[in-house]
Amino acid sequence: MEFAHILFLALASLAVVAAFNVILQRNPIYNAIGLITVLCCLAALFLTLNAQFISAMQIIVYAGAIMVLFVFVIMLLNIRSEESVTDRQKYLKWLAAPLFLALLGEVIAVVRHVERFQPPAPLPSANTMNNPEAVLGTVESIAHGMFTDYVLPFEATSVLILMAIVGSMLLARREKKEDIERIEQALAAQEAEQPIVEDSEEEVAA
Amino acid sequence: MVPLSWYLALSAVLFTIGVVGVLIQRNVIALFMCIELMLNAVNLSLVAFSRFHNDVTGQLFVFIVMAVAAAEAAVGLAIIISLFRNRETLNVDEADLLKL
Repeated sequence: MEFAHILFLALASLAVVAAFNVILQRNPIYNAIGLITVLCCLAALFLTLNAQFISAMQIIVYAGAIMVLFVFVIMLLNIRSEESVTDRQKYLKWLAAPLFLALLGEVIAVVRHVERFQPPAPLPSANTMNNPEAVLGTVESIAHGMFTDYVLPFEATSVLILMAIVGSMLLARREKKEDIERIEQALAAQEAEQPIVEDSEEEVAA
Repeated sequence: MVPLSWYLALSAVLFTIGVVGVLIQRNVIALFMCIELMLNAVNLSLVAFSRFHNDVTGQLFVFIVMAVAAAEAAVGLAIIISLFRNRETLNVDEADLLKL
């Protein structure tokens, strides 16, 4: 057993334990801590797979930005610790266990067929290479792929992020008092079946 | 070198745990975290295939998945805030109508 195997097993078992923490804890903050542990373990595993750039992005974007957003919302909402009074769908818990085993069995059966993949030749280190673009996982190789073959998905992603910014600001903003009054007036006018004079009021009501 | 099947097995286990979490959790923030867990499990298998095929495309996919996950988290958390403001609850069973 090499060092790489021991490292993989340690990181994998930590990730699985933390993943169970994500789904079994009742307090959302503990869920978030479990998820951050999983993300850090996966970042370390990415390093063992020659994905240095993705590993750094995992820490910066996932564990940094996204999880801070989660924790911020958990703190902002100030959730009471009382557990859900209406556990209407309790039977899902008993449905989940057999589904878990079935899905796991299927996936393991598929995974057994990939044994034919031989371990690839070790990559040369990026420092000694003249063109780092040819080395897997460097910033140069990822940038080369992203701005030549995959430039359309890249641009589409930027549009998606712009839409997410506008959408989240629109969804989370608090309505102004006069806006609410105008909406209520427009609704009252509709209910009285009076013709609405301005189109703008209709838009606000919508 | 660790064989590819180990990485895929870990990815499968993490993905399945995420699915079970979506089924058993009732807190909408925890549901979101389970979805992030599933995305990460798929990312792991993409990076592993990228290494074993010696092709950078898998890592590009992972990069785009991360950007989509960030957008999804921003919009989803905004929806959660707006839901909490209107319903005073985070239980998904309480939020079964599209109107406020």
